[in-house]
Parts: sequence; structure tokens; C-alpha cells
Amino acid sequence: MGITGCSNWRMRFAAQAIVLLYVPVAALADPADRSLSPTNIFAPVSTPAHSIMGLSLFVLAVTAGIFAIVFSLLVYCVVKFGKPVDDNGREPPQVYGSNQVELAWTVIPVLIVVVLFLATARVIASIQKAAQPRNAIRVVAIGHQFWWEYRYPDLKVVTANELHIPVSDPAHPTPTFITLLSADTDHSFWVPRLDGKTDLIPNHPNSMWMDPQLTGLYLGQCAQYCGTQHAKMLLRVYVQSRQDFDHWVAEQNQPAHTSAPVSEGQHIFETTACINCHAVSGTGADGRFGPDLTHLMSRETIASGAAPNTPENLRRWTQNPDSIKPGSKMPAMGLSDQQLDAVTAYLATLH
Amino acid sequence: MATDAITTLRADTASLPFVVKLHEWVTTVDHKRLGILYIVYALVFLMIGGVEAAVMRIQLIRPHNNFVSPEVFNQMFTMHGTTMIFFVVMPMLFGFANYLVPLMIGARDMAFPRLNAFSFWLTAFGGILLYFSFLGANGLYGDGTAPDVGWFAYAPLTSKTFSLGHSTDFWTLSLLVSGFGSIGTAVNIIATIFCMRCPGMTLAKMPLLAWLNLVMAVLVILAVSPLSAAQIMLAVDRYLGGHFFDTQAGGSAVIWMHFFWIFGHPEVYVLVIPAFAFASEIIPVFSRKAIFGYPVMVAATVCIAFISMSVWAHHMFTVGMNANANTFFVLSTMAIAVPTGIKIFNWLATMWGGKIHFKTPMLFCIGFLFQFLIAGLTGIMLSAAPFTWHLGNSYFVVAHFHYVIVGAILFATFGAFYYWFPKMAGKMYNETLGKLHFWLFLIGFHLTFDFMHIPGLLGMPRRIYTYEPGRGWDTLNLIVTIGAFFQAAGILVFVANLLWSYFHGETVGSDPWDAWTLEWSTSSPPPVYNFAITPEVRSRRPLWDLKHPEDPDWKYEYMERS
Repeated sequence: MGITGCSNWRMRFAAQAIVLLYVPVAALADPADRSLSPTNIFAPVSTPAHSIMGLSLFVLAVTAGIFAIVFSLLVYCVVKFGKPVDDNGREPPQVYGSNQVELAWTVIPVLIVVVLFLATARVIASIQKAAQPRNAIRVVAIGHQFWWEYRYPDLKVVTANELHIPVSDPAHPTPTFITLLSADTDHSFWVPRLDGKTDLIPNHPNSMWMDPQLTGLYLGQCAQYCGTQHAKMLLRVYVQSRQDFDHWVAEQNQPAHTSAPVSEGQHIFETTACINCHAVSGTGADGRFGPDLTHLMSRETIASGAAPNTPENLRRWTQNPDSIKPGSKMPAMGLSDQQLDAVTAYLATLH
Repeated sequence: MATDAITTLRADTASLPFVVKLHEWVTTVDHKRLGILYIVYALVFLMIGGVEAAVMRIQLIRPHNNFVSPEVFNQMFTMHGTTMIFFVVMPMLFGFANYLVPLMIGARDMAFPRLNAFSFWLTAFGGILLYFSFLGANGLYGDGTAPDVGWFAYAPLTSKTFSLGHSTDFWTLSLLVSGFGSIGTAVNIIATIFCMRCPGMTLAKMPLLAWLNLVMAVLVILAVSPLSAAQIMLAVDRYLGGHFFDTQAGGSAVIWMHFFWIFGHPEVYVLVIPAFAFASEIIPVFSRKAIFGYPVMVAATVCIAFISMSVWAHHMFTVGMNANANTFFVLSTMAIAVPTGIKIFNWLATMWGGKIHFKTPMLFCIGFLFQFLIAGLTGIMLSAAPFTWHLGNSYFVVAHFHYVIVGAILFATFGAFYYWFPKMAGKMYNETLGKLHFWLFLIGFHLTFDFMHIPGLLGMPRRIYTYEPGRGWDTLNLIVTIGAFFQAAGILVFVANLLWSYFHGETVGSDPWDAWTLEWSTSSPPPVYNFAITPEVRSRRPLWDLKHPEDPDWKYEYMERS
């Protein structure tokens, strides 16, 4: 095989390797396309997620280049120096090393590392050192085994499992800054299309921010093992237009709905262990261990996203939580069928 | 005279009854027997850890599967991780170090034979203690069986509040016990290499395997000590009212992470450096060339060991360190790519211009090179902290470190098995079965771990016993599970090959590979005393000098480099 032949062959191999690496990435990297996965890290809609993707693609390009070169060298070695059939039985020439060559493959990687490091440091600073503007929405997210508590200190809203935040117009950004706390073990907040993940660690307050530029529902889930039901500690972030968001806040600020037809259910709720863990504002229920139920029916899911919020599921959940989420901290309440119906009817009025 | 006496003794033992032979193995202080005990022990645990992996893969074959409960799944990934790191890869590599280091430096045994036996049995009982948890960890309240806190056991999940019963205690104590075993072996390897080299073997003439195991042993002492300290602190928290990691009493969960990862990252190099050592012995022999750039290989290894002590917090990019700390750990982590890259290039340069023989050991080493290249590159991706804000704790990371541990370390170790099997058993393995093992395992490995990267990019976190449909993860998880079964088939072929060849393999002489290091100068298997006459060496390849008196290495080793 002549030298030209070799290098053509190597070039072709390098090109193939790059294509091999790039096709899947290109397929993943389409912000508009949600069909592939609602949790695709290459479909960002928020500034931090965008900056991370920019860096990621740069790192992928550099590593793909390195892969193409080294992989072609490996294949070349294997093909070219595989023992020929007409071996003369003699050992090949022994080469012990070469200072020049070894210096070259030390210096070039050092240069690549410097470039990668500077690019990375820039993105870290841009995300971690971003100042919080005065009009930012402030949210405190508290991780619990196995659900999320959200508090809006400025808006006097307390809710669970479904985070509502306003869309951020790039011309007039209204980012959301989230303080991350934990009530028990470590958790991690990861909604890939909005931002990378940050852990929620007891005694160690963290923070993160996002400025989503597209309304919609963004999914994610707890990304730090936190116990038995880590898998069903799902995240749902509703990015709403400013108007819808303000409307949602106003609704959440209403006192709990009460009505005569469900007073039996309310009585059972308030005289059993339910109120040890759950709060319904304006009533005797002021537990803090479980989710606040004041506006339970404004949420689309129960059990931290594990099931749709329907009366049937509510009843099933109250009767036997393990049938939906085995190992959750909600106990089976041991209510009779009639009591279950009454409590479910009551819960279904908490709009 | 002495030789005769020992030989007679050996001939006698061959005909002794089973109980006596068993007693000999249990009470042995011979480095070769202890090496084999380590290796067999590791193989048994490899099977157990593999079954645990299979249980997880069956559970994840489709969304909302109910093959096992969340409790069992959580125990499976905890036991799988703990088993594979502490009771498979470490003992396996210690076994090879034990067997090979004295032979390769021309010594008759390790420096401290009884410490050697003690260390092995500590490790062995550590593993048995861990598995006894299935029976014994119920505690007074019947809570918990096997540990279910994950192999890095983040606080405060390990505190009494969240981990009732004794499952966490079994985890803590078993790692503490086996950790002391590891430190004992490390001390022994260091002392052996520094004090027991044969005449003429200066440090600069040591085989690379000995050099790399020396660096590994130093890292073991530096890494396992903080882990043991952390385990003791955890036990104090749980039983003596300490609050090191008890967040409800003002303790710090993050301190545990620092302790664990200042062990955990050097540990990666504890595992991979011996794999480098295998590649550095096998690739030259099957390329029929001296290793390219020996001094640079040594320097790169020492350099990796140093840097590996300063990169631990790249496992903690998501725990909310400040921007400056994150930036520092990005730099230190990326820096480690340079010496690692040098090693890959030097292996390639060793093959360059050689005459490569594609025997099973070499096939596994080529697989090692290919997979270690990819593992290194995904490592560079993960060193970019913002990228890890996505990828950390996702299936991408799981795929990455399995690429390191299976794709690189296990492949190189399989290479080592086939390469040194004739030396250990005195019989040749079956080449056809060896190649079948290689191809089955290669296909299974790539089906499983190539496809495992993608769910990570699509937002799938690790350690979830089930997942929601509609996330684009279903098909990928199915493929990953299918690959696991190819790997299992490969492992069965491997074990069958070892057993069959041990009993029916072709008897080989002392040097079946026409190799160059001292272990090939003695019979296969070597006698108890290794060498009847202490060898004397003048270069890094004493057997090359012997076979090529017209062109010995010692003429060139210091002059050739221009």
C-alpha cells in the first residue's frame, strides 16, 4: 500500500468517524423538536440550558476530532502491522522511543486542554455569577421524600409538585431564581430543557436560575438518589405567559374552598391523621410533612407526578398509596368505603 | 540440595487427600496461591455482581415494569456497585499483582508473606460480611436486608433516621474490613518492589507492570485511608451519638461527599493503572517490539497518580460548589487527559512497525485501547462542569464509568487472564473459545454501553427502578438489556474455557509466548520458590537479551533515544 493510498484511506476513515459521532448529536440537537424526548438536553428553551448546549457541542466537536485521529491510527496499526502470512520469522526493528515524537503528543494535548478549559470557565462564570435582577421571581424549592414543595415568598403562594413560573421575554427578562433546600435527604432538581441539575442538600442551601423563553410544560425528575421512591419523584414546570401566571397566583392566594355538601368529608379529614401532614389554609389542617392541599385540584397530577389528578386516583391514593407509589411516605388511611367517598368528594372541591 | 528437598515436598502434596490440600490452601502464605485465591474469589463475586446487574436490566427492559419492587432494585444497584468495585475488580487486580510482581522482579515471595495472607482473608471476610446482610441485617424492627443506600452512600440517607436496621452497618463494616486488607496488600507490594528486586534490576529496569503496581499501591494507601476514616465516622454517628454527617443535628452531608470522593477518584486510578500495566506487558509481546517510551510511560503514570489526588470534586459539580471551586476542578480534571493521552499514543507507537499477532490476549488489549479512548473522551466531556450539570447522575455517567471499568479495565484483565493462564495453570487455554468470548463480550459490551449514553442525554437519571413511558427511553433500554445477555454469554464461555483448559488444556513449557520478562524464565506453573537460582538482569527485557545475544537491550536502552 503506497503512502497516498494510506492517507486517503485514513482520511476516509476519519471522515466516517466524524459522521458517526455527529449524526446522533445532530439528530438530538433540534430545539423545536419535542417528539424525540420531552427531557432532551439538546432542546434548550432557557439561557443556562442554551449556554450549556453551546459548550457541549464545542466539547463534542473537539472530542470527535480527537477520536477520529486516534481511532484511525489504531485501525491503521491493526490493519498495517497485522502479522503478514509470509513472515520471515525475524523480529521487527526494536524502537525504544523518541523524544521529539513524545514531546509533540504532550504539547498538542496541553494546548487542547487550555482551549477547552477557557471555554468551560467562561460558561461556568456566565451561569453561576449571573446577578439576580430586581424583577426576578423568587421561589424556594424544598425536596422531601418523595415530593417537591414550592414556596413563593414574595407572592405568598405555597404549592407542591407542579412549579408555575412566567415566561421570560428576552427583551425584558423576568428570570426565576430558585433557592434549593431539603427537608430530609439529598435530592436534585433537573429539568433538562430549562437548566442543568443542582442538588438539594439538607443544611446546605443552593440556588439556580432559569429564564424560559417558550411557554409550555417542562418535565424532569429527581436526579439524586433519595430513597425508596426516588424514581417517582417527578418534576413538572409550567411556564406560563405573564398574564396566565398572574392569574394562577391570584387563584392560589384565594382561601380554601368550603361547601356544605362535602362537610362530612371535611370533618373526617380534619379529625383523622390527615391533618398531621397536610395543610388546608383557613381550616384546622396545618400539617407540614406532606403537600399543602389548599388548591389540590388546581394541579394536574398527584403523588409528585406519578398519577393524573382524578377523583378515582385520589380515592385509590387515599385508600392504598402503595398501589400507585410503593414505599411513599403517605400511609394507607384505613378508611371505610363510605369515608373514602366522602373524603374524596371533599378533596375534589379544593380548587 | 535445597531445591531437591522442596521439590520432594511438592510431589508429596499432589497425592494428599482433599482436606489436607484444602488446609494447605487456607493456610498458605505463598504469593502465587494467594494471588490465585484473590482471583478465584473475585470471579465468584463477578458472577454474583453480574446476576444483580441482570436483575436491574430485566426490571428496566420496559417502562413501569414490575419484575422487582423498588426496595429490591435499590438493594441491587447498591450491592452491584459495592461488589464490583470492592470485591471484584480490586481483588482481581490484587491477585494479579500478588502473583506477578515477585515473579517479574525475580523475588521468591512478597516481602511479608503472612501479612499477605492476612490481607487476603480480611478482604475475603469483608465480602462475606457484606452478603451476610441479606440474612442478618434485619435488626430488631425487621427493617432492611441488604444495604440500599447506593455504593457512594450519600449522607444523610445512611443516618439512623433514614436507614433503620443494620443494612448500612453491614456496608460500613465490610468496607472497613476489606479496606484494611487493601492497605495491607498495598504496603506489601511497596515493600516488595523497593526491597526485593533481583540483582541488576534498578527501578529504571523494572518491568512496567511492577512500576504501575507500585504506583497503584501508593494510591491505595492514600485513597483507602480517608474512606476508612469516613466509615468509622459514620459508625460513630450511628452508634455513639456523633453528628459528623447528621444534618438534623448540624452535621454536613457535603463533608461525606468530600471524604467519599477523595477516596473515590483515586480509586478509579487504583483500578485502571493495573489495567494499564497488563496492556503495557501484553501489547509489546504480541507486537514483537519493546514498549515505546518506557521512561515517559513511568512518568505519565506517576503524573496521573499525583493529579488524581486533586480531581475528586468533579464528582460533585452538581452539589452547589462556587464558581471558583468548579473552575479549579475542571482544570485539574482536564489536565489528567494529557498523561493519559501520552499512554495511549505510546501503546499505539509500540504497535507501529511491529508484527502483531492477534491472539486472544492481544484482541482484548486492542478492545481495551479502543474503549479506553472513548471512555477518556466522554471523560473530557464530563470534565466540562456545565456539561456535567446535565450529565452528572444520568445514564450518560453510568455508561461512561462502565466504559472505564468494563470496556477498559475488564477487557485488559481478560487479556491478562489469557496471557498468564499458561503460566498459572501450566496448560494452554482454548484459542477458539477465547476468541468466541472476545467477540460475544465485545458485541454485548457495545450493545449495552454505547446505547446507554443516549438515555442520559435524553434526561434519564440513574438509580430509578422504573421510568415513565413517552420519554424516548424505552427502545434504548431494551437494547441495553439485550446487550447484557450477550455479555453474560461471553462470561460463561470464559469460565468454561478456564475450567476446560485447566483440566484438558495442552501442557505448555515455561515460555509459550516467546516473551521477555522474568516470569517466563521459570517453569509453568512456577515452583513454590519461583527461581532455583536468583536471576540477574542487565535490561528491562532479560529474556530478550538471552534470546538475542547479538543484539541485547542493555546496549540500547540508554543510547537509542535521540
